[in-house]
Parts: sequence; structure tokens; C-alpha cells
Amino acid sequence: MINVLYFASLKEALGTSAEEIEADNNITDVGALREWICARGEPWQSSLGQQQRLMASVNQQLARPDTQISDGDEVAFFPPVTGG
Amino acid sequence: MPVVRVQTKDFDTDAIVSDLTQGRTDIGAIVTFTGLVRDLPEKTLQSMTLEHYPAMTEKALQEIVETAMQRWELFDVAVIHRVGELQPADRIVLVVTTSAHRKDAFQANEYIMDYLKTRAPFWKKETTDAGGHWVEARDSDDEALSRWD
Repeated sequence: MINVLYFASLKEALGTSAEEIEADNNITDVGALREWICARGEPWQSSLGQQQRLMASVNQQLARPDTQISDGDEVAFFPPVTGG
Repeated sequence: MPVVRVQTKDFDTDAIVSDLTQGRTDIGAIVTFTGLVRDLPEKTLQSMTLEHYPAMTEKALQEIVETAMQRWELFDVAVIHRVGELQPADRIVLVVTTSAHRKDAFQANEYIMDYLKTRAPFWKKETTDAGGHWVEARDSDDEALSRWD
């Protein structure tokens, strides 16, 4: 399973902070995971679609769409950060 | 050893600077940056809530600090960032850099803040009479990074 986390406005829009997604063969990287999540329709399509500027991390390290993921990883999606 | 802490409670800048400088005679420069909760232009800010990604935050800050310590001649660094609900004028963040010379201390301090603002997983939500809204990231913060390339 891939442990997927959502933060801040994305968490509110989805109404959830975490879910587990089966790590099947088609989900090899962050971009593919995002597409897989969006393909389920609303509310994911609006909140995670390519029109949304989002950041992602894999195992608590900032990631890119081509960052590889595998079973047991923790992947987070979140809006651009605004600390400081 | 650099100090990196994420906490809800306020911090005491003098105590942190004192910890970094105690017993040393080789420090020639200390730069402290403090970020505060700024009210909105209409003075309508009731509170600001900072959310973060607990498992990642300190790790991300540590990496930024380590890179700064490789790049500049620093003795020590402290980064304290608050989370939770804050009021206007409250302190949010403290970055302290100590060095033999001011240039290293100044530049490293700015570098750490620029990276913190664009890479560390914190999000601000402002609450006013009209309700709560998430602060949008600014392109100018991303642009600030390019000067360190």
C-alpha cells in the first residue's frame, strides 16, 4: 500500500488527510499516482488536477512528478508552502 | 550542533543566542532574523494558524541548515518555527547564524529564510470576521531562490 497524505487547503477540499492506495504496477511515480487519484473523479479531479499548483513529497523528501514510488512509501500532496 | 525546533510555544531569542555564544571568543558576528504575524492592511486579522507536516518539517529544516553550513563559514545555526494558532504581532520564526564575519552570517541567514519559505512544509491560514482563508504562496518567494544558484 502507498500511504497518501494531504495537507492544508487540499486536505480541506478533499475532506480527508490520508488514505491508502494499492500500489499496483501502473503507479510507478508521483505523476502517475496523481493521475490515478484524479481519474476517480470529484473531488479529486478538481483538487489534484494539472490546473492546480501542488508540491509533493516521497518519504518526507520533496519530490518531482518523475520521483519513483513503491509499496510502503509515504507520499504527500500539498499546496505551495507558506511558512516563515 | 545546529538547533532546529518546531513548537507551539513562544521562544526567547536572548536565551537561544546565549546558548550559541556561551564560552566562545571566536564569534565575530551574530545575525538574528525574527518573523512576526503581520496584521492585514485593514487591521482585520483575528488570528493566524500554522499547519505543518510533522514527520517532514524538522527534517526539511535540518537539510536547509546543513546546506548553509557547507556553503558559508558558520559556527552555529538555530532555527525555531512556531505552529498552531498565533495572534497579530506574535513571533513565528527565528533564525540565528553565528560566524567569524558578518558576510557569512548575513548571507546564510537570508539563504535559510528563502529556502524555509519555499521548501519547508508549513501553511498559514488567516482568520478574519469573514472566516478563514489559506495564504497563497508568492512567486516573489520562488524568485528569491534564484539568487543562490
